[in-house]
Amino acid sequence: MLYKLQFGDLLPYWDVLLQGLIFTIVLTLVSTVAGIALGTAGASARTFGPPWLGRAVAVYVELIRNTPFIVQLFFIFFGLPAAGVKLSETTAAFLAMTINLGAYSTEIIRAGIEAVPKGHVEAGVSLAMTKWEVLRYIILKQAFQKIYPALSSQIIIVMLGSAVVSQISAQDLTYAANFVASRNFRNFEVYLLAALIYLLLAIITRALLRGLGKILFKAAR
Amino acid sequence: MLQFSFWDILSNLLIATQWTIILSLIAFVCGGIVGLILLFMRTSQVRSLEWFTKIYIEFFQGTPLLMQLFLFFFGIALFGIEVSPWMAATMGLTFWTSAFLAEIWRGCVESIPRGQWEASSSVALSYIEQMRYVILPQASRIAIAPTVGFSVQVVKGTALASIIGFVELTKAGTMLNNATFRPFLVYSLVALIYFCLCFPLSWCAKKIEGRLNVTR
Repeated sequence: MLYKLQFGDLLPYWDVLLQGLIFTIVLTLVSTVAGIALGTAGASARTFGPPWLGRAVAVYVELIRNTPFIVQLFFIFFGLPAAGVKLSETTAAFLAMTINLGAYSTEIIRAGIEAVPKGHVEAGVSLAMTKWEVLRYIILKQAFQKIYPALSSQIIIVMLGSAVVSQISAQDLTYAANFVASRNFRNFEVYLLAALIYLLLAIITRALLRGLGKILFKAAR
Repeated sequence: MLQFSFWDILSNLLIATQWTIILSLIAFVCGGIVGLILLFMRTSQVRSLEWFTKIYIEFFQGTPLLMQLFLFFFGIALFGIEVSPWMAATMGLTFWTSAFLAEIWRGCVESIPRGQWEASSSVALSYIEQMRYVILPQASRIAIAPTVGFSVQVVKGTALASIIGFVELTKAGTMLNNATFRPFLVYSLVALIYFCLCFPLSWCAKKIEGRLNVTR
């Protein structure tokens, strides 16, 4: 290789990259919480709601799961303003991430709900628990315990997918990397550094989620 | 000024769809070949090969596909080779696909009972022969559903090639939007075309999965 890598040129931009990293983390965190809430509602509606609602949820899930995230993002950011809904790039990024994770987690949580034995629900009903109590303490609790690993890896996939929000100029880590590359032209160095930061973020997130799972579900066993 | 009718937009998008399909096919086939090599390395019981594949898979699964495309686009250029977006996109998607397929297939291989390995080694089959005649024929049956399911991810992954300037469906959508200023229509059509490509694949994966469960 004739070219010598020069990582030193990245040093003056550490604060730009740090800000991007923080945005990526906040974006992931908020859309994870909102997306799982949406997914729980979607899965509950699909299994227990009226048939028309279940069908509407199914259409939402299939539409999101079978189109690329970047197209969803472009549709929300560029397409919706034409229909009268104007969003800032940050709001659009949060919204798109939440809607995306919402669809995937609906499907994951639904699988968990279906794996709960019928006898458990009947036992709850015979103990005079209300419909909501059965859902909250019997169905969802067991469902989440079963699907926790699948949900964790989906969260990491969504976090890595968030790199795309840089394309509507939401200022995440990838946006920061693009910015630095446009300033010092050390394209390869800055993208390598950003890729390694993402890798580290994925490894740390995985470890944290595993730890959280141990705390959350220890009492249940 | 040039006027675009609905049919002009649709026909241009469909022309670009060809490239999405071609890129998906190449990435899937080449990724499958590289993935198979990785699978052999990963299950070979040779320490150094196993470590190499572990790190390889960790890197490609733990970083955004977009970053990988950037790295290929700018990385190969450092060797003094001129890189077209087409080349960077094919290479990036191939290696990304291979990492995921290798990991999916490893799960299938590991689900084959240990006794199959022991029985085949006791009749003096070499590692390659064991894989070829005993393990893979059984593992491939389980592998079909998740592999078809992953092909949906590949088709969706090709959308990112638009960012490094390869003209496929998403890029064509962006260009048409810039020319027509009808983002709602253009991106709805783009999403619809992706849906028509991906939904049959998802549906197949689900059906195959269901059939396997019944026969078990």
